[in-house]
Amino acid sequence: MAATTIARSINAGLRAAMERDPKVLLMGEDIGKLGGVFRVTEGLQKDFGEDRVLDTPLAEAGIVGTAIGLALRGYRPVVEIQFDGFIYPAFDHITSQVAKMRARSLSTVTLPMVIRIPVGGGIGAVEHHSESNEAYFTHTAGLRVVCCSNADDAFWMIQEAVATDDPVLFYEPKRRYWDKGEVGDAPDLSLGQARVVRPGTQATLLAYGPMVKTCLQAAEAAAAAGQDLEVVDLRSLSPLDVDTIAGSVRRTGHAIVVHEAPTAGGLGAEIAATIQQECFYSLEAPVLRVGGYDVPYPPAKLEEEFLPDLDRVLDAVDRSLAY
Amino acid sequence: MSDTDVAASVAATPAGSSSELDRLTAPVPAVQDGGPDMVQLLTPEGQRVPDARYDPIVDALTDEDLRGFYRDLVLIRRIDTEATALQRQGELGIWASLLGQEAAQVGSGRALRPQDYAFPTYREHGVAWCRGVDPLNLLGLFRGVNHGGWDPNEKNFHLYTIVIGAQTLHATGYAMGVQKDGAVGTGDLERDTAVIAYFGDGATSQGDVSESLVFAGVMNAPIVFFCQNNQWAISEPNERQTRGPLYRRASGFGFPGQRVDGNDVLAVYAVTRAALDAARGGQGPTFLEAFTYRMGAHTTSDDPTKYRVSAEVEVWKHRDPIERLKAWLAHEGKADIAFFESVEKEADEVAVHVREGCLSMPDPDGTQMFDHVYVEPHPLVERERAEFLAYQAGFEDGGH
Repeated sequence: MAATTIARSINAGLRAAMERDPKVLLMGEDIGKLGGVFRVTEGLQKDFGEDRVLDTPLAEAGIVGTAIGLALRGYRPVVEIQFDGFIYPAFDHITSQVAKMRARSLSTVTLPMVIRIPVGGGIGAVEHHSESNEAYFTHTAGLRVVCCSNADDAFWMIQEAVATDDPVLFYEPKRRYWDKGEVGDAPDLSLGQARVVRPGTQATLLAYGPMVKTCLQAAEAAAAAGQDLEVVDLRSLSPLDVDTIAGSVRRTGHAIVVHEAPTAGGLGAEIAATIQQECFYSLEAPVLRVGGYDVPYPPAKLEEEFLPDLDRVLDAVDRSLAY
Repeated sequence: MSDTDVAASVAATPAGSSSELDRLTAPVPAVQDGGPDMVQLLTPEGQRVPDARYDPIVDALTDEDLRGFYRDLVLIRRIDTEATALQRQGELGIWASLLGQEAAQVGSGRALRPQDYAFPTYREHGVAWCRGVDPLNLLGLFRGVNHGGWDPNEKNFHLYTIVIGAQTLHATGYAMGVQKDGAVGTGDLERDTAVIAYFGDGATSQGDVSESLVFAGVMNAPIVFFCQNNQWAISEPNERQTRGPLYRRASGFGFPGQRVDGNDVLAVYAVTRAALDAARGGQGPTFLEAFTYRMGAHTTSDDPTKYRVSAEVEVWKHRDPIERLKAWLAHEGKADIAFFESVEKEADEVAVHVREGCLSMPDPDGTQMFDHVYVEPHPLVERERAEFLAYQAGFEDGGH
């Protein structure tokens, strides 16, 4: 397949999933005629009809709540939440119902649904449009949480997310929607696996979604300075691929977790704790975290200061290597 | 008010106001009075009230059906009484009694056809009974053995939902799925399917309930919203939940609403059956408000003497759902003393089944909590299960 954008890859992946299984439905605000505010579902209502691509009323709890009912009836709803900051009205249904339904029904009921969420900042948006709230959901048992970072993964991971019988929160790096990449003929990893996207020997950068590109750029710049960094794309945020994470850190002895989300209580904390537990004798330095500050997401003119960038990542690398 | 008075009051209405507005914002009728719009087919004294719209539905019931209603009411009350006793004796952690609401639940539960699907709150023991769910399954939840141990798809009765109002959205989504399956409006009453969502007066304040009314209306979903207005949301009366009568809300969402005497099993059956058949026929949703009363506490943890007066409870005692049906069945010669006695005997047997089943209910195995979280393998859960087992085994080996 020729090089394509992440947005087009998700679109193609959704199309493939819908062709494969007539029970797959898309639901969300403005996803039909408009094709979604990011055009991720463009053309799908035209091709699959209003019965399978539903423009819903403007109510997130209603969207996720009715998707639960559709899943109970045997459908596989793929829900689009328009922006990360709009997930909260549906929080109750996601954490109290979607996540728990299988356990509380002793496996008599499963909810094979996907909740797609464009995530993160960097697009100069007004407030509530740039948030990284994955930690709320990685803290919730019963959910799988994944995040793609490139076109190839976007195409395959969305299909795997739809195909799995567990509920999946599928985070899409919105500022990378238009980044292009090649899409391969088959997935080389399962949905729960992380990927070493750049091998290196001196330190491990652990990232996901929009920060993978930032970390790759940082590693590139570090290479010019003689530092050989490994970059791991987590892909699956819950569960974590501990084997790949620990395997990398055991080789390098240095670990830096990078995410846009505020640092305190963020996924980086869980990863740092896991690394010190699994790799204690291999560590040459404390695990460092580079994340958003622990403040509400700032106005757009300040987001470059708020978000981790190449320099802040390299600063952490220097501190780790100098330890 | 005479017609002349009405005309005078309309004439005196200030600009921007209207009698329609007055009607919509009129205070909720006192609990003693369901108001003139309430459908009632059987008075509290057991007198049959004719009703052109609903009589054909009641007339189609056989005497056996009617005796069946009575049996349901008595048995479910006995199950409820037994469960309350089991809680008092420490065998259940808590129990949510349905005392007083038997007719609302049996009438609507029996109005369902086999293919229909019900989404209950945590108090729908009578509906569960009508669907054929063993009462012991309900007790498992309140005993802390499970979160609801039945397969919802076996009897088309979803698990109890504790989060107030959340199930109305699940029911609406399920009804949207029924629509997509083409199981609506084919004219085949044995196949066309309707969904019923149960909730209470307190739940009507939840955004979820309003959103479900929006979705159901917009999608024309085959669903009946069945609100049991038992007058109390724990300690808060209707006046804390709504300014206008609940059934009138439906008009704002674009579909019919109807208040029915929730202590009159015939009226509840007829009104619900009509609404369900309209839904399965493709006519979309209906909002039903079953006007009833929670005779007991909210749950066994509650003390209603702190917030309501006994005189109110006394008023509702005279509207008992079982007594009025019994009086009517006896007067009409549809049931005799031998029948009533046989139901009492059966109730005793059911109570024994509930008690013995509750006491002999095994505690769950510790690993159960790891077994049902995910369908696909999950390394974290598997690791924790192994750690849990190793830790437990340490006690057996004397290692701790």
